[in-house]
Amino acid sequence: MKNKLLLIAFLVFAFISCQNQNIEPEVQFYVPKNFPQPVYDLSKNPVTTAVFALGKALFYDGILSRDGTISCGSCHQQQSGFTQHGHDLSHGIDDLLTLRNSLPIQNLAWQKEFFWDGGVFDLDLFAVSPIEAHNEMDETLPNVLNKLRNHAKYPSMFEKAFGTKEISTERFLKALSQFQLMCISANSNYDKYVRNEGVMLSTEELTGLQLFKQKCATCHSGELFSDFSYRNNGLPVGNPEDTGRERITLNEQDKYKFRVPSLRNVEATRPYMHDGRFRSLEAVLDHYEKGIVQSPTLDSQLKNGIALSTDEKQKIIAFLKTLTDEEFMNNRLLSEF
Amino acid sequence: MNFKYSFLAILIVICSFLSCTKAQVEPEIDPNRKGEITLNFDNIAGTKDLKLGENYTNAAGEQFNLDMFQYYISNIKLKTEDCREYVVPQDESYFLVKEEDTKSQLITLKNVPEGNYNSVTFTIGVDSLRNTMDVSKRTGVLDIGNAGMAKGMYWSWNSGYIFVKAEGISSQAPAGPDGQRKFRYHIGGFGGYSSKTINNIKTKTLDLGRDRAKVRQGKNPEVHIIVDVLKMFSGATNISFATHPTVMFSPFSVNIAANYVNMFEYHHVHNEQ
Ligand code: HEC
Ligand code: HEC
Repeated sequence: MKNKLLLIAFLVFAFISCQNQNIEPEVQFYVPKNFPQPVYDLSKNPVTTAVFALGKALFYDGILSRDGTISCGSCHQQQSGFTQHGHDLSHGIDDLLTLRNSLPIQNLAWQKEFFWDGGVFDLDLFAVSPIEAHNEMDETLPNVLNKLRNHAKYPSMFEKAFGTKEISTERFLKALSQFQLMCISANSNYDKYVRNEGVMLSTEELTGLQLFKQKCATCHSGELFSDFSYRNNGLPVGNPEDTGRERITLNEQDKYKFRVPSLRNVEATRPYMHDGRFRSLEAVLDHYEKGIVQSPTLDSQLKNGIALSTDEKQKIIAFLKTLTDEEFMNNRLLSEF
Repeated sequence: MNFKYSFLAILIVICSFLSCTKAQVEPEIDPNRKGEITLNFDNIAGTKDLKLGENYTNAAGEQFNLDMFQYYISNIKLKTEDCREYVVPQDESYFLVKEEDTKSQLITLKNVPEGNYNSVTFTIGVDSLRNTMDVSKRTGVLDIGNAGMAKGMYWSWNSGYIFVKAEGISSQAPAGPDGQRKFRYHIGGFGGYSSKTINNIKTKTLDLGRDRAKVRQGKNPEVHIIVDVLKMFSGATNISFATHPTVMFSPFSVNIAANYVNMFEYHHVHNEQ
């Protein structure tokens, strides 16, 4: 009896998922109405269903790592806004730690530089870094390409995507980019509210939004909630070796500056800051109120901290939670299974 | 003769006077016909031929041997005695010279207009434009996914090519965790993408003096260039393996780049008869 039930359940499931497959729409890049124009040049890598599918397969495949255990998706988990949940520093191959807290894969088409320090300026070039970092995937790009060339399914996937079975650096990197470009998060309650799509925010959330605009939006600005500049927001120095933007510019004035992060899905991307030092949004707001450490490169706006009452903090947090995009984090198009 | 023409004529005369010692151009040259020219980058260490693993001494008196020495040569331009310039097409003008690979030391340029060439200009490294180009423009020696090509000559955490790489062992270098006394010089830096930073792109012009590389259809002259690795470690700043065993993306790297621009020297040309 139990077995029969299971069988029926299985059949129903198979039926549904088959149907789903049939109605799978063409994958297309789009610009949400409340977003600016993307900075990524899509004409050099036009998103198509087949290239996207290839990119997605690669993103979730451990074949990109030395021993097959770590995929991009290991550290960028969809349910956590494509970050590694619960880890301050990410865990890579052999359980080695990364230098920094992982960043979300979201709305990357609108970003001109990548990493907390902005060291990479082209999304297409990004993947080489995690693949070759000894504490992330510890592989080499030439090796990955060779493994793919000798793989049962990839050559035909490349053919479907690009017309021939050739597996080149460009094709590989651009496919990975396509998956990441399609990680568009723009369907939070906040988005639906600003686009007048019939969602209303509560009074608390609306007051929070007002407070946020007054106190935070100079840095966390615009619809992406970041001006993408590099700033020192007054954290006590954690790892003195990690001097942030200074590693890239070699300019003393950039010491301990990090990119202003987007706050979309911030509720799901715990812990916070480049080294994941804060476990809650309360802790972040306490920092802005009374934790600011003076230093030569501290952002001038933060010299006196940000005046915040307990009530104001609560309201700001209520607003930040309206940036949670459940549709994005559950979007089957982007999910591993 | 109107003014414009006489001006032009004067210019031409001055030009041929200044740089064309042999003003009389051999009649057999037709720039519409193409030939080839080979640049031979011959790595040496002072007076000796460079060999990986062999011992040499730097200006600071430290003994060392190299296990890797390689550099990018790009954006090659040639000039004839009569002031014609030939610029190698951008997309075909990137080369990686490696000590471990003799073939890579011979750079053969095709489709070069016939002429008597007396000057060679090139970039040591990769220009900033190419450093920021789409992946589709990073083929051949610039392909970061191709073992033996750009692999190892590219910083993935700080997008940009490494221009010159020298690694080896010196008993004066401090011992690493594995007990090896390694030194590593990875010199690059194209000036920065959105913020300015170090720029180690160097351009070098080698004058052939009274010599001419005679490019003719079917005749391939070879320009012999010697590259003295000792000069990378000496010059305005003498580099000590003891005090600077590792130099990568850092302000100090500009000193090494300032040195290595002087390691290239024209030696002789071999014309085919
Ligand atoms: C071991 C964990 C780990 C793996 C595996 C990993 N990443 Fe990451 N990723 C991180 C961390 C940590 C950061 C932030 C690092 C920093 O800024 O220094 C990051 C940052 C990024 C960013 C930058 C986002 C931004 O906003 O700047 C992108 C893009 C990215 N990863 C894509 C990938 C891709 C593609 C792969 C697979 C090829 C991958 N990651 C594999 C941990 C990982
Ligand atoms: C002067 C610019 C500036 C102002 C003003 C500012 N921030 Fe930030 N914020 C930053 C920077 C820079 C970081 C990243 C710092 C780091 O990791 O070193 C950051 C990080 C954060 C993070 C962590 C996000 C993550 O994914 O790790 C949160 C949450 C945050 N800020 C919220 C706020 C709120 C709420 C306010 C207003 C009360 C505010 N910020 C005001 C610059 C600013």
